[in-house]
Amino acid sequence: MIELWVFAAAAALASFVADPGKTRRAFRIGFRMIVGIAPFLLAVLSLVSLVMAALTPETLRTVIGGRGVGPFFAALGIGSVALIPGFVAFPLASVLRHYGASNATLAAFITSLLMVGVLTLPVEAKYFGWQTSLLRNALALGGALVVAGVMAMVLG
Amino acid sequence: MSPTSRGKKGAKWALPLASLAAAAGLGMAGRLFPGFAYGRKAGDDLVRFLLEMASVLPAMFLLVGLFEVWVPRAVIERYAGRRSGAAAVPWMILLATLQAGPLYGAYPVAVSLWKKGCAPWNVFIYLGMFSALKIPLLTFEVSFLGWEFSLARTAVTIPVFTGLGIILAKLLPRDYIPPAVLSGNQER
Repeated sequence: MIELWVFAAAAALASFVADPGKTRRAFRIGFRMIVGIAPFLLAVLSLVSLVMAALTPETLRTVIGGRGVGPFFAALGIGSVALIPGFVAFPLASVLRHYGASNATLAAFITSLLMVGVLTLPVEAKYFGWQTSLLRNALALGGALVVAGVMAMVLG
Repeated sequence: MSPTSRGKKGAKWALPLASLAAAAGLGMAGRLFPGFAYGRKAGDDLVRFLLEMASVLPAMFLLVGLFEVWVPRAVIERYAGRRSGAAAVPWMILLATLQAGPLYGAYPVAVSLWKKGCAPWNVFIYLGMFSALKIPLLTFEVSFLGWEFSLARTAVTIPVFTGLGIILAKLLPRDYIPPAVLSGNQER
């Protein structure tokens, strides 16, 4: 995160030295985009935190821990719906592994978590429209299945 | 400002403020009553999401603004346009993996790329790589799940999601343009 800010600040400074007018326009564009999406994002994130609060680590452990087809599809389903930042997801996955989740199940969980976002679909649809967003998420779910299947074959 | 536009603006903020108040209220109730674990977790999640949003979005949108005014359309067309071929894929991976933050931060970048003449399949490849493969996250993944897991996942993810990006672009109507490209939300 700090790198992102350092990079953005350096880029803005270099841009300002080169052309103040252009830089002002860049700021205006960025500002207008934030104002456009912020209320919407705020609504989605608030509602997501209400949904996510129902999903405790204990629930995840009982549903995803263990071997077999059930935990695998539970991982795929929960991964698709949940919104968990990567730096929380990976420690969580290692706990699930400790509770017996297979590599395929973990791959399904991580990949669907990262690529499929059912709860953030309204945000995506704002940019790409509902048809494209639904299609992209459906394909990504299929992709998560493929990644998990191949990993099951490779790692066992 | 006319009354109608003010009314519209009010409606735009009604749901965000109501849901924010609900989540924040539950969070505070969770702090007050230790037995109310659901409220406590809702509040914690809300704070985490808001911090994540505040720590990424301003820098991200500033970069998108700079990208829009400085990068010439010809450059994007040449390296990632409809005639760029397979050589564009490494560029998309590089661009995606160097960024950080949640997937919703990538949508404005994707729309910006689209406007500058990036081929649709390359935009979708960028989105796929952005969500699945980020260098800061990979180090995390290796330390928690081991390098075999991380390496296998990366090696399988790149071809699968490159293919999916191409399929998605083929499935869309030929004249499809994302709504955000058309709207005045982002300057043309």
